[in-house]
Amino acid sequence: MADTKIVVNCETGEVSEVELTAEEIARREADKAAFEAEQEAKAAEEAAKATAKADLLAKLGITEDEAKLLLA
Amino acid sequence: MADTYTLISSQTLSGSASSVTFSSIPQTYTDLLLVASARTDRSYFLLVDSILVQPNASATGYTTRNLLGTGSATQSNTDTAALQLSAGATTSNETANTFGNGSCYIPNYTGSAYKSASLDGVGENNATEAWAGFTASLWSNTAAITSLKLLPYGGANFVQYSTFYLYGIKNS
Repeated sequence: MADTKIVVNCETGEVSEVELTAEEIARREADKAAFEAEQEAKAAEEAAKATAKADLLAKLGITEDEAKLLLA
Repeated sequence: MADTYTLISSQTLSGSASSVTFSSIPQTYTDLLLVASARTDRSYFLLVDSILVQPNASATGYTTRNLLGTGSATQSNTDTAALQLSAGATTSNETANTFGNGSCYIPNYTGSAYKSASLDGVGENNATEAWAGFTASLWSNTAAITSLKLLPYGGANFVQYSTFYLYGIKNS
């Protein structure tokens, strides 16, 4: 069922359920893999930044709120 | 009183689908308003999916600026994939049976100027982390819009009961 696309003709009201071609399915799977890899990389980058920030605060011996005070 | 706000068409999915296209859009209105209530089958960790809105099934010519709220933080990013209804669909990772909602307003869709759009979307997660998106998009194309293709960003599918409404707005 997921390998279909819906086309609604606004003039006639006709609704068509069209099977995806093999090429469309392959493109969708490639899009999905690329998108999820990108999201995973972003999440890893954010986690690394958070860890680096926590390590720096620990090294300085101050809290995040105190660091904000220093920069205000 | 002028009939300024008219339902052109609506579609509620009876099963999952990779995309929904409104074709042969009448050229008799001033603006278009698309309203979506959607959920995707993505099981990957994301809580929300964006919905791509592609006029005339075009894959190019887009400029988008997204402002996002997560429930505890804010983000901003740019994109070129389509007019983008950020956070407009929940995923399988959000509260069961909830659907995101959003809207896409496209003024002067029959004109020969580039087409701008303002979009907003929100997930419906029953938790602290719940995403909302506000977006300004531009399609740098002079063609009149005769169709709108909607699809989840990044290869997911819309699930059953996702619903889409297309309205025509007249300025007089």
